Amino acid sequence: MSGALSLSARRTPPGVFVALVLTLAIGWLIVTVDGGRLFSLPTTVSLLHVAAGLGLVAVGQTLVIVGGSLDLSVAYVVSLSTLVAAETMAGDDGALLPAIGLTLAVSATIGFVNGLLVTHARINPFIATVGVGLLLKGYLDNGYDGPAGKTAPALVQGLGYQRIGPVPMSFLLLLAVAAAAWFVLARTRFGHHLIAVGGDPEVARLSGVRGSRVLVTAHVLCALCAGLAGVYLASRLGAGAPRVGTEGLYDLESIAAVVLGGTALAGGRGGVVGTVGGVLLLASIDAIFNQLEVDVFFKQVIRGVIIIAAVAVYARRAMRKAS
Amino acid sequence: MSGLPPSPLLALRGIGKSFLGVRVLDGVDLQVRPGDVHAVVGENGAGKSTLMKVVSGVYQPDEGTVEFAGAPRTFRSPREAQQAGIGIVYQELTLLPERTVAENVWLGHEPLRRGLVDRRAMLSHTAGLLASIGEGSLPPDTRVGRLGVAQQQVVEIVKALALDARLLIMDEPTAALADHEVDQLYALLRRLQEHGIGVLYVSHRLKEVFDLSGRITVLKDGRAVATLDTADTSADQLVRHMVGRELSNYYPDPAKPQELGPVRLTVRDGGNRKLRGIDLRLRAGEVLGVGGLQGSGRSALARALFGAAPFSTGQVTVDGAPVRLRSPRAAIRAGIAYVSEDRKGEGIVAEQSVLDNALLAGRAVRPGRVGRGARTARVRELLAAVELRAAGEDQEIRFLSGGNQQKVVLARWLALAPRILLFDEPTRGIDVGAKSAIHDLVRRLARDGAAVLMVSSELPELLGMSDRIIVMRDGRIAGELPAGATEEDVVALAVGTVGEAAG
Repeated sequence: MSGALSLSARRTPPGVFVALVLTLAIGWLIVTVDGGRLFSLPTTVSLLHVAAGLGLVAVGQTLVIVGGSLDLSVAYVVSLSTLVAAETMAGDDGALLPAIGLTLAVSATIGFVNGLLVTHARINPFIATVGVGLLLKGYLDNGYDGPAGKTAPALVQGLGYQRIGPVPMSFLLLLAVAAAAWFVLARTRFGHHLIAVGGDPEVARLSGVRGSRVLVTAHVLCALCAGLAGVYLASRLGAGAPRVGTEGLYDLESIAAVVLGGTALAGGRGGVVGTVGGVLLLASIDAIFNQLEVDVFFKQVIRGVIIIAAVAVYARRAMRKAS
Repeated sequence: MSGLPPSPLLALRGIGKSFLGVRVLDGVDLQVRPGDVHAVVGENGAGKSTLMKVVSGVYQPDEGTVEFAGAPRTFRSPREAQQAGIGIVYQELTLLPERTVAENVWLGHEPLRRGLVDRRAMLSHTAGLLASIGEGSLPPDTRVGRLGVAQQQVVEIVKALALDARLLIMDEPTAALADHEVDQLYALLRRLQEHGIGVLYVSHRLKEVFDLSGRITVLKDGRAVATLDTADTSADQLVRHMVGRELSNYYPDPAKPQELGPVRLTVRDGGNRKLRGIDLRLRAGEVLGVGGLQGSGRSALARALFGAAPFSTGQVTVDGAPVRLRSPRAAIRAGIAYVSEDRKGEGIVAEQSVLDNALLAGRAVRPGRVGRGARTARVRELLAAVELRAAGEDQEIRFLSGGNQQKVVLARWLALAPRILLFDEPTRGIDVGAKSAIHDLVRRLARDGAAVLMVSSELPELLGMSDRIIVMRDGRIAGELPAGATEEDVVALAVGTVGEAAG
């Protein structure tokens, strides 16, 4: 791995893909010995569905983390988005596009507020976005006891269940969003400035970058991605679900995926390619454990260990580079 | 370059600047012509950095005018100065290690093509700029973190050139460079000159000033005391312009020979990242002054002796017994106390009371209930002995004046009855009255048998307080001076016009 670094270190996708291949190979072996099949059609489809939901959130999360910020409100944004989408559609295909538009507008507004709190009110992103998240939680807990609204059948059909071979539409949506995010980071001024702000806000400022504007935009994009994940989950569930975001641990898992993908939590280094790898890795572990019918709680423990180990490996590498 | 001299690129006329009533710059005139390398020299605190910050738009002058390229200008921000064509190469590099050379050079003004960043143009423009200053071998798509300091400086300069800089301000550009890298910088500067770019070069190192510059302006106490043609000037002349002040303040009497006790502390061949080959003896009853320029290793020496940034090589003894000063805790246990130059950051806990601050080290090193009452009583005595002026011992220390804060820090250490005291800039940011109180205290401690090492960048204080002075340069002890040395002696050692043998 490290040999390849010498040529174009920056563009080499991080070791997460090696880890992914190894995990799938070892997982396949164990599952086969256990008498199951890891790469059957249903398992593969379900793996890609899990990856699609988490991936949409994680791609957005990558943008804010690269900029040196963080968004812990995404899980609540996901929940709220399923409700806004399903309730506005109310089972009517005609309301499909307005409903999606409204959902994204609501998400973007939340992201905008997050961004303003972080930049203009200078509140630590951790606190600011947890605060906004709790605010949304209050609204959701107060207004909803269970599922509400009804997703438009066309959306359930198209985004929720349609697939090309084993690949669901939703996973293609993730790939499209990830590609767009990659393009933004690599080929737009905004992307360059975002990475610079995450790397060193003072250097960026002295170079004439308007840091606040850049970070607010990143927060809006992050919330938009969470909103899109909400729309997708509404298509899967057929209704709005007020707890789907928190129960799916979309906040912590999205950050875990970003970090597994090699993006520095402090900002300034990383990208969406690695994040997609991290998402696939987490989804694969999930699929393998499901096949093995491992206890849910034990599964969490193993995931925790993997994330800590991965970050430790990155930290060691960073130290070696520094010395 | 014959005939009429070209009109100046930069002309400063009568620049004055005050902070909180203190005049930092006073009527400074200075001119830089295209293709000139104009050096600005002076002691610490002479006003060099303030002057550079005025030119680069960080500060606005209270008086006087800045003319650039023939027109009077007011720069309200570094950005405005950059856009006008004034590039700054900061002492600390302002690059992003995770980004490529080209990405760093064009940060903030990336070339666009159909709304998108034109990577090809970015790379080729960067390559062109690098080639134009003879650094064509540096690939523009390398990550900056992989480059050495000298190459990073090249990138920094190219970054300024990408904004069409016609004047470059370089503040101590060689501070972080190795010798062969300095040569590269020399060559680079000559090429910039050929392109007609003016350079304002701030340096402590006289050798560089003489190698590079065409003209030199000497700043002293905020005034431009001389502007000289380098060719007609000798190093001695320059040093004489830099120093020469009356020793007007009062200082306590130095130690008499019979007051000097046995050797308390020795260092043999001590070294770490910032220090090399330190040999040192410190006797009970003496005040050993440590002089040198900023970054010469003065503070590093004090921090090494206190275990804050320990020696990695060499031997240290205290009272004849070998000790390993691996941490401040170990040093405190060996009887060493340290008063940091960064009082706010390392000296006091701003939001705790006077008493808590004074008890801090005692509580940490000798915790437990035994003797607690006695300790508090002792600290109270000491606070009275140092003539602390505070509303009460429960007052938060941040509301005290700098001098009184320093007295609390002193009381904290005195409570541990240290045998060796390390002071780093003990009177920085302290008003004149409190200053002499601190000076008296330091001398009294020595008289009571403590060995004192005192770092100071204020020459009068260094000369007035010390029984002996060592001068640091580039992490080594450049030389030692007896009591009665002059400012010129210290500066000459510090900037390296004498005592090269030590290097």
